[in-house]
Amino acid sequence: MNLFVKGNDAIIIGALYAGCEAYFGYPITPASEIAHSAAKWFPETGRVFLQAECETNSINMVYGAAASGKLSMTASSGPGISLMQEGISYLVGAQLPAVIVNIMRTGPGLGNVGPEQGDYNQSVKGAGHGNSHNIVLAPGSIQEMCDFTIHAFSLAVKYRNPAIILADGVLGQMMEPLHLPESETPQPDTKSWALHGDAQTRNNLITSIILEPEDQEEFNIFLQKKYANMQCEAMAESWLTEDADIILTGYGISGRIAKTAVEELRSENIKAGFFRPQTLYPFPTEQLHKAVSPKTKILVVELSNGQYRDDLQFHLNNSSIPIYLTNRMGGMLVDVKSILEKAKKIIDAN
Amino acid sequence: MDSVLKTKGLYEHFLRKGKLNTRTTHYCAGCGHGIVHKLIGEAMVELGIQDQTIFISPVGCVVFGYYYMDCGNIQVAHGRAPAVGTGISRTLKDKVVISYQGDGDLAAIGFNSTFQAANRGENIAVFFINNAIYGMTGGQMAPTTLIGQKTTTSPWGRDPLTAGYPVHVCEILNQLKAPIYIERVSVADSSRIVKARHAIRKALQIQRDRKGYSFVEIIAPCPTNTKGSSLDAMRFCIEQMEKEYPLGCLRDRSAESLSYPPHPQRINAHDFFPLMSDNIENSLISTPEACPIRRFKFSGFGGQGILSLGLIVAKAAQSQGKFVSWLPSYGPEQRGGAAACSVIISDKNIGSPLVNTPDILVTMNQPSYERFAPSIAENGTIIYDSHIPNKISIPSKSGIRQISFPAMELANQHQSPKSANTALLGAITELRLIPVHKEVVIAFLKQSFKSKKNLVEKNLEIFHAASQWVKEHNL
Repeated sequence: MNLFVKGNDAIIIGALYAGCEAYFGYPITPASEIAHSAAKWFPETGRVFLQAECETNSINMVYGAAASGKLSMTASSGPGISLMQEGISYLVGAQLPAVIVNIMRTGPGLGNVGPEQGDYNQSVKGAGHGNSHNIVLAPGSIQEMCDFTIHAFSLAVKYRNPAIILADGVLGQMMEPLHLPESETPQPDTKSWALHGDAQTRNNLITSIILEPEDQEEFNIFLQKKYANMQCEAMAESWLTEDADIILTGYGISGRIAKTAVEELRSENIKAGFFRPQTLYPFPTEQLHKAVSPKTKILVVELSNGQYRDDLQFHLNNSSIPIYLTNRMGGMLVDVKSILEKAKKIIDAN
Repeated sequence: MDSVLKTKGLYEHFLRKGKLNTRTTHYCAGCGHGIVHKLIGEAMVELGIQDQTIFISPVGCVVFGYYYMDCGNIQVAHGRAPAVGTGISRTLKDKVVISYQGDGDLAAIGFNSTFQAANRGENIAVFFINNAIYGMTGGQMAPTTLIGQKTTTSPWGRDPLTAGYPVHVCEILNQLKAPIYIERVSVADSSRIVKARHAIRKALQIQRDRKGYSFVEIIAPCPTNTKGSSLDAMRFCIEQMEKEYPLGCLRDRSAESLSYPPHPQRINAHDFFPLMSDNIENSLISTPEACPIRRFKFSGFGGQGILSLGLIVAKAAQSQGKFVSWLPSYGPEQRGGAAACSVIISDKNIGSPLVNTPDILVTMNQPSYERFAPSIAENGTIIYDSHIPNKISIPSKSGIRQISFPAMELANQHQSPKSANTALLGAITELRLIPVHKEVVIAFLKQSFKSKKNLVEKNLEIFHAASQWVKEHNL
């Protein structure tokens, strides 16, 4: 069964198929349609929708709902996500599952509502204060907006950690066919840690305060192990990389634009390959290493000042593989033509 | 001895200070928190709600409330207890949620949380400990600090010219419609404690009965930070604080019978979304024409129905199993009231959804015509409304076909000036620019007026008139 929907709608469809029980959020462009769909479909399916008074409180409402053992979510864009960072860190510290959607706009500051990918570091490198990490998924199509939301909930529950869907304004606004999932995910069993307000869970405690330095250190070591264990969840799309002289890579909308460029280069008999991370944390390091060889060149396509490029360099262990960047910022999009020009220049330089 | 120490609703051993000393609390001598904890614990047990209760420990001295309260416990961020309480109360529908907060937490950093939760009438009981000072962080000025009161951040006494006036939270919340119960009590001496006991019990009863929001402000001594003996702190509460914050009940609607709408029925996603799919008759699903990739740009002014024109084309192609993307003008492209959308139809997966060189450009005004016409792909088709005055030639590309089409005129002839987009749909369908059968396009045109049935006939007329025009002009 197919629907033709916007990416922002697909997020809510995914959330409801994931068994999400509550949505709390504050309006912001270009993420507002998520709240609009939630405001219709959560109550219509007997779930909770509440427009919060600010992002600080929406993430804390999520914290409360998550503590109750219910799947809950919020969505926003850069400035709102910044306001949520304290709450996200609390979710990590108290080990609560939740999904946070960031439909990235431009920045810094108020910026504008155009598409950008400048929140990579914010989401991938720091969930909030302290030694915290988010699970970060980067959908590249309307289908993935839905499927990754479902997956984000399942990972959040599995690891008891918040998960972020990191998308951009184009993916939020565009429409594509969405193949509906088969059935709604059954509710997770949370009674071992959540507060259900019953005798069985009365002694459960949700907290992130650990006063003794030894205990806090121990918890942080435990968290690092948990993050390391997540590595098996890394996902990526690799295409035509086996014989590639140059690999074009990007995530989200940049990935799609890069993929079109790869098709065009191949049609001109240039050996181009494609690599798109679908999870940004954990990063698909293994898949990346498999896709590149010491003689490959890499061309990164992204809508930021090179944050993904820097991370790629890090995950390649700062190897000598040359990494080039085609980027735009401020709400401008990279066009296929400029990628092709750059790619040919890199190849010709050989 | 044991029976005196025996408390209700509190743990028997407090492990906050380690396993060697489990009968001492972490509160200072003379502090009011212990009394309030005891009153809450007792009410919880006597009302039979201990298993159902979730106690929210704030940031402040009661950050360790969970070492005492024998119920479900959660510790939260500074000032956010009412928001967290909202999240709990909305998802666990028949439980008792207690938000226990101090004056810095509730009336400074968290005031908006407090105010908004009260205004929504959340099902939470808020116990607000007002001791006119920050405790845990070291005796700083609170919103409730009295004028002239010396604190570590008002060393010469609170000066209202720079630090404002004491905040009366009960009185502020009493301006709102939703709260059920608002009362200010004190635990400074035994007669006051008796009244406080009553208020706390009432607030929890309201929660047990799911009647709505209850708020109890409790004036409590903090000898450590108001500097002096326990007796001095009690006197400060009675003689000075009560002057600023008079005790008493401001509102009690707990006796009214309040009824809430029943919880809506929970529906599974798989029983809900499939019903929303666009149902077209099976007979309309056929093998469409092969279509390597076709890029459309629809453009005009906002309000001309540009986006829905693109959407009908996209949906029609989608229904025939094509890969389709639709993208509205976005970011810098969307300026000065212009509207545009890009549609790609293909037999293969679509990469970039952006259309920089359209194969088909449909344009309804001069600015978008000028803007997009030069980007037309080789062998592309431009179809523009006939009223566009200045046609431009595109000499550098081959095979460009430009069609002037009287969309607005046709729409006006049918007394439906807003339907020029439908006329264009008819034209591009008749011109076979959309790789699906005409009947499919018509089905989706009809569907786009699902909620405005009276417009269907008129739009069908215009669609057919447009087709006719194309035929008559041998295009």
